[in-house]
Amino acid sequence: MKAVALEILLFTIPQALRAGAVVSSELRTLMKERDAVVQMQTRDEKIGRSYEFKNGKIKSRKGVRADADVRILFKDAATAVHLLTPPIDRGEAVHAAKNFAIIQVGPDHLVQWFHGMINALTRIGVEYGTPMPDGSRRFVHNGNGGPTFVYVKDGKILRITPIELDDKDAPSWTMTARGKEFTPERRVVPNPHALSLKSTLYSKDRILYPMKRVDFDPNGERNPQNRGKSGYERISWDEALDIVAGEIQRQKRKYGPGAIALYFGSHHQWGNVGYYLSALLRFGNLIGFTRIHPNPDSWEGWYWGATHHYGSSLRVGIPSFCSTVEDCLKEAEMIVFWSSDPESTYGYAAGFEGTQRRFWAKELGIEFVHIDPNLNPTAQLFGGRWVPIKPGTDSALAQAIMHVWITENLYDADYVEKRTTGFDEWRDYILGVSDGVAKTPEWQEEETGVPAHVARALARKWGNKKTYLSAGGFGAGLGGAARGANGSQWARNMVLMMAMQGLGKPGVNFGNLQLGTPVDHNFYFPGYADGGISGELVYTASAVNNYLRMPHVLSMNPVKQMIPRLKLAEAIIEGEASGYMWDGQSMEAQFTPFTYPTPGYSPIHMIYRYGSSTFGTIANSGRMIDAYRHESIDFVVNQSIWREGETEFADVILPACTSFERWDISEWGNSGGYIHHNTDQMNHRIVMLQNKCIEPLGESKSDYQIFFEILSRLNLGVVFSEACDELEWCRRTFDSSDLPRYVSWKDFAKKGYFVLPPVPEECRDPVAYRWFAEDRPKDLPEPIPLPSQFSEKFLHGLETQSGKIEFLPETLKRGDPDNEERPVLNRYTPAWEGAQTTELADKYPLLMLSTHSRYSFHTSNDGKDSTTNDIADHRVLIDGYYYWVVKVNADDAERRGIKHHSIIRIFNDRGSVLCAADVTSLMAPGAIKGYESAAVFDMIEHPVHGRIDRGGCLNLLTPKRHQVKNTSGMACNSCLVEIEPWTDLSAFASPRAAAE
Amino acid sequence: MSKWNMIVDVERCENCHNCTLALKDEHVDNRFEGYAAPQPLHGHEWISIERKVRGRGHMVDTAYLPKMCNHCDDAPCIKAAGDRSVYKRNDGVVIIDPVKAKGRKELVEACPYGAIWWNEEEQVPQIWIFDAHLLDQGWKQPRCAQACPTGALKAVNVSDDEMNALAAGEALEVLKPELGTRPRVYYKNLHRYSKCFIGGSVTHQRDSAKECCEGAEVVLVQNGEEVAREMTDDFGDFKFDKLAPDSGEYEVRITAVGGESASVRAVLGESLFLGEIELASGSQGGAGQ
Repeated sequence: MKAVALEILLFTIPQALRAGAVVSSELRTLMKERDAVVQMQTRDEKIGRSYEFKNGKIKSRKGVRADADVRILFKDAATAVHLLTPPIDRGEAVHAAKNFAIIQVGPDHLVQWFHGMINALTRIGVEYGTPMPDGSRRFVHNGNGGPTFVYVKDGKILRITPIELDDKDAPSWTMTARGKEFTPERRVVPNPHALSLKSTLYSKDRILYPMKRVDFDPNGERNPQNRGKSGYERISWDEALDIVAGEIQRQKRKYGPGAIALYFGSHHQWGNVGYYLSALLRFGNLIGFTRIHPNPDSWEGWYWGATHHYGSSLRVGIPSFCSTVEDCLKEAEMIVFWSSDPESTYGYAAGFEGTQRRFWAKELGIEFVHIDPNLNPTAQLFGGRWVPIKPGTDSALAQAIMHVWITENLYDADYVEKRTTGFDEWRDYILGVSDGVAKTPEWQEEETGVPAHVARALARKWGNKKTYLSAGGFGAGLGGAARGANGSQWARNMVLMMAMQGLGKPGVNFGNLQLGTPVDHNFYFPGYADGGISGELVYTASAVNNYLRMPHVLSMNPVKQMIPRLKLAEAIIEGEASGYMWDGQSMEAQFTPFTYPTPGYSPIHMIYRYGSSTFGTIANSGRMIDAYRHESIDFVVNQSIWREGETEFADVILPACTSFERWDISEWGNSGGYIHHNTDQMNHRIVMLQNKCIEPLGESKSDYQIFFEILSRLNLGVVFSEACDELEWCRRTFDSSDLPRYVSWKDFAKKGYFVLPPVPEECRDPVAYRWFAEDRPKDLPEPIPLPSQFSEKFLHGLETQSGKIEFLPETLKRGDPDNEERPVLNRYTPAWEGAQTTELADKYPLLMLSTHSRYSFHTSNDGKDSTTNDIADHRVLIDGYYYWVVKVNADDAERRGIKHHSIIRIFNDRGSVLCAADVTSLMAPGAIKGYESAAVFDMIEHPVHGRIDRGGCLNLLTPKRHQVKNTSGMACNSCLVEIEPWTDLSAFASPRAAAE
Repeated sequence: MSKWNMIVDVERCENCHNCTLALKDEHVDNRFEGYAAPQPLHGHEWISIERKVRGRGHMVDTAYLPKMCNHCDDAPCIKAAGDRSVYKRNDGVVIIDPVKAKGRKELVEACPYGAIWWNEEEQVPQIWIFDAHLLDQGWKQPRCAQACPTGALKAVNVSDDEMNALAAGEALEVLKPELGTRPRVYYKNLHRYSKCFIGGSVTHQRDSAKECCEGAEVVLVQNGEEVAREMTDDFGDFKFDKLAPDSGEYEVRITAVGGESASVRAVLGESLFLGEIELASGSQGGAGQ
């Protein structure tokens, strides 16, 4: 029976292809693309049929041909019938492949091509995009700046606009607070950088064809010392891919496992398929690589510090914000923004969703206070008392506030008694009983620059009002003071303050209305940290949902060697490095050191660089110049969209395309993984099919396609692709999610987005930490902490050993008891680089803050000749060059003869960066502030001043020292510098030449 | 007949630049026949945002002022053109014809608001055209307003009578009204940009410690007349806003609940933060700046 069924199935395949080709141009094109013979058969060769493709025609013949180019072998007829009977079940196919019940033999590109035709059959009748009156077609995109409509005409992007929801989209929620009703606007306003994407897409800095460094010869002199100096020549894709694939083979052959390092940034073009945690990891796992392990760069102090007091390790140490929007609007009387600028950081890829809600808070009379060295854009927009503070001294103010609370009985003593441990010891420290120094408002005044009476007034106001604490852009976490030498100290104090005020009680919580909307938390759609197509179960959250819901072949990296990202330069130059794990599975995981090189593995000799942002983003990044030029590095390949940053430190450059030029699929702002439920930043959960709007520019290709073509040279192409193209992976992702319960693929593809309905008001989720404050079992829809991490019963208590908030954490007592930089009792310790390090401060008296950028997403959209450059708060055009902007206090500027919008040199012993001065009263005296991530790196060796960059990479100046001992955390906000007017304009006459 | 107007709320502008970026997204590299030649990638700011920072110390605020072609009803550029190369549409929008106005560089000087830009490559003067090409396709608003996250830019399509009523009701102002150009771009809360404040922080001694003086009565006096009156907040701060710049000498009289008082004289040029004013028991005079 099965044999007959299989004969029929095999017979119908070419019929279906021929019929499909009549209506599908995609299929027609594919059929004409190649001439080849594809053979399908059972392993015993008893049943088989071959398909000969020639000039776009198919000849089908029964039997088994010996000369087939591609052979698809089924274990037996039953297996074949099971797999080939429509509708095709991907899960079954993957299962069969994993168990070798189906084997495909033949060149990868031919296998991929054949399956492409089968996939094209299933796409017949599916339309993408909406025709518009002006003859353009409107597609949908999603990115780091949020979702947008993309209008395309004649193969070119005409415009990129916000999305306005229509009547057919799901309704919005409404909440009532203090007698007023609030409903979000029915539109999506993306971040500014989403609106300059067209200019970066068509930028003159796009890399349009593969290139090779002129003095790099893979078979001869490689001249590593000239990286970043010598020029490039255009080569063909075949030559480029042959060099890269050949180099991968050579590294493995010559040095053994570990020689190849994969070096990627913390972000990429948005999506679930093309993302670095998706396609790149799948690629990496298939070649084996030394992992350059990231640090939790935006969350440092929360991960290395705060978590020990109250858990939340799976969320990098930041709290849950569940349903806090409604609680805040209904109950809170004040929001304290402490080193918090959500109008610049926009939550996480969340557009302006939170802005509207903060206006509601103002409308309700909720007071705002802003503690920050800069009167930041959030403070500027919403007003409220500004408390300017010297950078890195925030913990002293925090402790003085707690002193007032204790002495004036302005804290929740009942909560402290029942829901916390160790308070007596903490109180004795704050009062000075244990160390002889009372942490009074007067005690902190000189350190912080905040007058004692102001600190006292703030403490009283806070102690008397139900207050939300917004510590960092997210409401807790994301930038700010958590990224300085005493960043973990500060984040720890933030938790302790909330413990004293009753975290979780009505109106008392972390947040700034950026997260915690009443969206549907039970709806599953993968976020980018859920691993996409990677099949990587260890370093992504894939195993939780994605791997189960979207059956695909898992991938594993057999190379256990890792390098801590912050010490990559040391690892290369000194040959060894050690660091600590970013691993959220437990609070204890971070105590485990790892070292490079790891026994048995080769040191690294090849760097596969993906993206190009190091100089702008990693502390003391000038170290990487020498690392790239080190003789031990045989080969550097850089796969990048633009010529910028360190692209030109590579030997071979592979031109990647943007996400507008390939397919992907994603939900707005959903990072999944370590920021569980962060889609409640949004007023509406929206899933997008990220349309391939235009063909890749020049000869550029999608990352996915580049990986496929390299791996095809290693016969791994189809192992990588599972015979799918990117659109097919999009559909598999769609199928894996809860979305098909709401909308068909066809309808979803046509409109390009889907708005998830809100949950009924009576089904909204409870408020974060309310259960804890009321000593009830946890009632939030989150799998955090792990079941074993409850000390008593499941769902009772926090992740801490006591289940309570611990003023003196048991984890630190056990895991790191004698670390004077991270003491068990969180005593005040001045920054190791700051006003109190007097020898250095005498030489470099200004503290430089480098914060998350407002108009670019890190390096994305900066430089590249984009329209973002024309924003005066981002770059300023002086004498024909766009300089990075640094804010300087007006008095500090005057003392140094620095004029508004003039060029200044910012310098210390680590180097010099030229910037444009924004002379302003918006900065506290003694502090300057610029953004952290210039994409442009434009360096010369100056005869007097040494290395000078005028691209704006402020991280050239920041310290490499980790924020506290026994951690791998950056401390870029602890940076002493001096500034002076810059007049040597001829120094940059011929930048690259001067570097020779 | 309904016509287009723009209402700019200065208090809601946060300098995010979504408007300028959306505008460039629309016009750079795109040619809209009959409406506008492509805008150069750099160098033109058809909408520009000016920043004003007021105050010193901790009492600092900012205002951002988006400026653009005002689509004046009595437009100097139309007069200067003399022919139909610059014209007003029935819906109030002013268009510089990208073909007829070729070579008319002198029109740049005709605009008293500096809102006309010379396109060297196209040899044509250019303005923000209210995205008339989109309005004509049925769009409800221009790109800048569509992209504005806070409602700081709102395009309204109403009759002139309705607009006049709206302007009166919401105290809307136009830029340089003295020129009589009758702009169609209106501003709300313009005082945040154009006016000044006098502010200070009041402290006093309590139990041998200095404290913020909350609830003190502060009276602003000019030429013996009371101009305004308010109470200090819980940080002891007071701030009298909407004062005219360079408006001369003022006196600030402070009386705390406990009877301590001070009087400070100030000459107002730009916004003035008087700093900390420490009240001494029963004192009358105080240090001022």
